[in-house]
Amino acid sequence: MKHPFAFLDEGSKREIRRAAFKAVCIPGYQVPFASREMPIARGWGTGGLQLTLALIGPQDTLKVIDQGTDESVNAVNIRRLVHATTGVQTTHHTADATLIQSRHRVPDRPLSAKQILVLQVPIPEPLRRVEPREHVTRKRHAEADYTAAYLALFERVLKYGSASAGADHPVMVAGRHVMAPSPIPRLDNEKLHRAEHLTLLGAGREKKIYAVPPHTEVHSLAFDDVPFEVESFGDQACSTCGTTGVFLDEFDDGDGGTLYRCNDTSECLARLNAQGAPL
Amino acid sequence: MGYVAVKGGSDAIAASLAAVERKRLERGLTLDLARIQAGLRPLLDQVMSEASLVDEQAAALAVKQAQGSPEEAVFFLRAHRSTLPRLHTTATLDTASMLLERRISATFKDVPGGQILGASVDYLHRLLRFELMNETDADAAHAAASILPTEAAPSPADLTAPRVSDVLRREGLLPDVPPDPTEPADVTTMSLSIPAPRSARLQVLTRGQTGTVTSLGYASLRGYGPMLHPTVGELRVGWLPVEVADPMADSDDEDERYHVGHVQATEVETFVPVHETSADGQDRLRFDIGYGFCFGQNETKAIAMSLLDRTLETPGAAAVHDEEFVLLHVDSVESSGFISHLKLPHYVTFQSELQAVRDTQREREGDAS
Repeated sequence: MKHPFAFLDEGSKREIRRAAFKAVCIPGYQVPFASREMPIARGWGTGGLQLTLALIGPQDTLKVIDQGTDESVNAVNIRRLVHATTGVQTTHHTADATLIQSRHRVPDRPLSAKQILVLQVPIPEPLRRVEPREHVTRKRHAEADYTAAYLALFERVLKYGSASAGADHPVMVAGRHVMAPSPIPRLDNEKLHRAEHLTLLGAGREKKIYAVPPHTEVHSLAFDDVPFEVESFGDQACSTCGTTGVFLDEFDDGDGGTLYRCNDTSECLARLNAQGAPL
Repeated sequence: MGYVAVKGGSDAIAASLAAVERKRLERGLTLDLARIQAGLRPLLDQVMSEASLVDEQAAALAVKQAQGSPEEAVFFLRAHRSTLPRLHTTATLDTASMLLERRISATFKDVPGGQILGASVDYLHRLLRFELMNETDADAAHAAASILPTEAAPSPADLTAPRVSDVLRREGLLPDVPPDPTEPADVTTMSLSIPAPRSARLQVLTRGQTGTVTSLGYASLRGYGPMLHPTVGELRVGWLPVEVADPMADSDDEDERYHVGHVQATEVETFVPVHETSADGQDRLRFDIGYGFCFGQNETKAIAMSLLDRTLETPGAAAVHDEEFVLLHVDSVESSGFISHLKLPHYVTFQSELQAVRDTQREREGDAS
């Protein structure tokens, strides 16, 4: 017995593509879909994987990153699965990929109109922290009632003096739907705003697909007097390629100090090679 | 030539998977599918029920690959199911036509159709039988020959019996419920929306993780629920004929259906006493029915499911009355997947949180000085 191309049966793929079309038509709106069980665990990127498998064709070139790295174990695992069930080309180079599946990062290099970014989503509901009941949050979205989302931000300002709460900072999409951008750092929220590329977000366990189409307004929730702030690494530069203004990983330098390196490892490598690498 | 990426992740995964395979095989013994099918029936039943896929051979292969872990085996089968197209929908199964292996009622000693104990571990002494430590295939064949029913004894598979609830209904002790012709929901092809129709609830419960369904059912009995002692009106285990309508025919004529096989199932109806206050202010007690159904012989799960069917039909403060709480948390693949994802690297989110924590600490220190 052989598994079908891209694992899923064609009926399932069609349904996932239909949900994705609907998501593109209503930017930021969470389209429910009948999430399939996948050969990797729920919570390990099955939403993104279903989108990838439903979209991928034999001509595609796939890149998979997790936490900014192509070689993170989960990225390797997903890439292995897609390659094993499709035989498509895979790459580490952001520019060469037609389809990029990612967990928790938007690549540093701006994507083009010919590329699709698929983000894995653990909790698609931006209001979940303030309202556990799904039928209530759906109603809030329908009525564009986002009071609770702003109230949660306001409480954060009161308690901690800042509205910026780590990754997965909620965004307003096309002036209508508040959306969870998935746990990307706040620095990456801005890369979704008026982007050239299509971003599709898939939550397998929670059975939702949503999208940020190209050229869509994406604004991080904030207040006029307490603006949104991205992560700041001060004047720290990547100790490998010397870049500033990108998301950095922290390393212990072995002498009690801290070293910083680009989180997007393939881009770091590309910059290094562009500088004219030795050997 | 420039810098190239380190292949650390790929190598680590390859080594880890090789280690798993080595552990599976290092004692030089392998599990035969026939032995799994012969000797691990309750495990296969549990796995097929939670996977919602009746395929004994695939289930045995899943159990083999999972090295006996039910959680993993269900995962394999569910993933396998995602590769299969849905070709047909069966005609509605009439469980009154179940060919009974076992059928008991806790309501009446003398239930119409009789009590059939069948194969049950209910009255088994859980004493380790040390003589089985060295049991051989020859021992098994010899022992089986002396246990198997003789030709003179009636085959239990020929038995059918009326449902206890139908008998009570005829006597007017249970309210008459007309059949509901609404097409049932299918949570595997549509995403579950809350409030869910009863058909969707039953489907989620029957696919639920055995332990979780059992625990929630137990909680509803013990104190976090209506706490009314229900009675197992009927528990039946047996084989149901599965038929598919002729796809070329214009109408579904019963005589034109194709018989595609039998599935083993457990069906439970519990009678739950319910307080009722009538319009004239009189308190009354009546019975409601809780329904449980699982593929294979899964009696505890089916009974627990029937309790949860009831609690989800009635309002209440306890968690077992809350549809979202019960339905969104009983699935094995979903719960084990999300719990285990905590093992994944969270470097980026943690770094982002770390920044926020440091910023607020700095700010607070600034406030203090």
